[in-house]
Amino acid sequence: MKDLAERAVAGDDRAVARLITYAENGHPDLHEAMRAIHCHGGKAQVIGITGVMGAGKSTLVSEIALEYRKRGKKVGIIAIDPTSPFSGGALLGDRIRMSRLTIDPGIFIRSMGTRGMLGGLTGAVYDVMEILDASGKDVIIVETVGVGQAEVDIIKIADTTLVVIVPGLGDSVQAIKAGLMEIADIFVVNKADTPGIERTMAEIESMIDLGYRPGMRKTPVMATSARECRGIIELVDSIQEHRFFLESSGSLPDYLRKRYEAEIVEIIHKRLMTMIFDEKVFKEKVKGLISRIETKETDPYSAAEEILAELLK
Amino acid sequence: MMKKIRVLVAKPGLDGHDRGAKVVARALRDAGMEVIYTGLHQTADMIVNSAIQEDVDVIGLSLLSGAHMTLFTDVTNLLKEKGIDDILVVGGGIIPEEDIAPLREAGITGVFGPGTPLEGIVDFIKGNVKR
Repeated sequence: MKDLAERAVAGDDRAVARLITYAENGHPDLHEAMRAIHCHGGKAQVIGITGVMGAGKSTLVSEIALEYRKRGKKVGIIAIDPTSPFSGGALLGDRIRMSRLTIDPGIFIRSMGTRGMLGGLTGAVYDVMEILDASGKDVIIVETVGVGQAEVDIIKIADTTLVVIVPGLGDSVQAIKAGLMEIADIFVVNKADTPGIERTMAEIESMIDLGYRPGMRKTPVMATSARECRGIIELVDSIQEHRFFLESSGSLPDYLRKRYEAEIVEIIHKRLMTMIFDEKVFKEKVKGLISRIETKETDPYSAAEEILAELLK
Repeated sequence: MMKKIRVLVAKPGLDGHDRGAKVVARALRDAGMEVIYTGLHQTADMIVNSAIQEDVDVIGLSLLSGAHMTLFTDVTNLLKEKGIDDILVVGGGIIPEEDIAPLREAGITGVFGPGTPLEGIVDFIKGNVKR
């Protein structure tokens, strides 16, 4: 395992890929490998891309990655698609739009299923970011699943969060104004080649103006057509401007701290859930409690109290 | 530890008919596998690179143009060249009976022609993955 970690740090794609698999599966030796890798991470710039499904996120990721390659950066891409809650299977189709990137040795793409995680990400995303980072990627782009209103976990891991929307959906601005509206460091109105672009841009800009206070950084609204490769250079400039803003305001270390905090919470969450619902001792107890809830002998609150009391013993 | 079978479904060459690939991809998804679909017009280089990065257990090739003898074996040759021996390679499409044996010989362990039941493909993959 240590050898695998060393090879990954040296940039060997096969080792990187295998480690990511171990992270996804919760391999027993993962802990050791991640410990070995940790000192090599924390350097990469992390860009999060989120937005409704069909907004053109994958195509945009592809174009952004190509632009960073032109600027001499190595790029890691984590593309997340939903896992079926019914079969546990997934159809991961983000690579279809990234064909042009697959033979560039400076780009590593990994498609991931959500595997039961809500919030637009997947449980192993922290590990995968760290592995890609340690393997020498300068920029890591995380593409979330197509989100609705409240899947905003991306801000826990990204330095710069892009919210991608498209014109012509009519109510699209309404749909995003609660959750997504608040997390964008940059708004991207993609498919700028379709009619209605000006109106969508104006609506978003006016919404940003409503919350604007003097002295604040104003969230930029960028128009792109990923398909026609328009607006991409400007968008990447804008991402770098935000990065510079974070560096010069001294808040970049906060982002990394926030990410580590979220990661610790995630690890604990995963361990506790496994302990309670998968491991023998508790599994039986939970089963018993559920049947007692069924017969009205107890209630879900009391049952939860009982499990917590046992855990904290 | 929760292991899932990961499959790369790829369309090599210039043939643009991917309905079959999509039907199979969906069946594998419904069988609980993680399916990465590459899209059309993939070269052997692209397929093998994607398979490495995605760390798949299986590569599924789909081709209806008749160029399977060349394009399928390009993939298995490249895998050999790179020393990769833990990926199961299967292929499907319009494949004449007499091509099946040489394809198997070349490392395309499972060959599925028209009319193959989807469960047959699922079971073959489950029974033959190498790790």
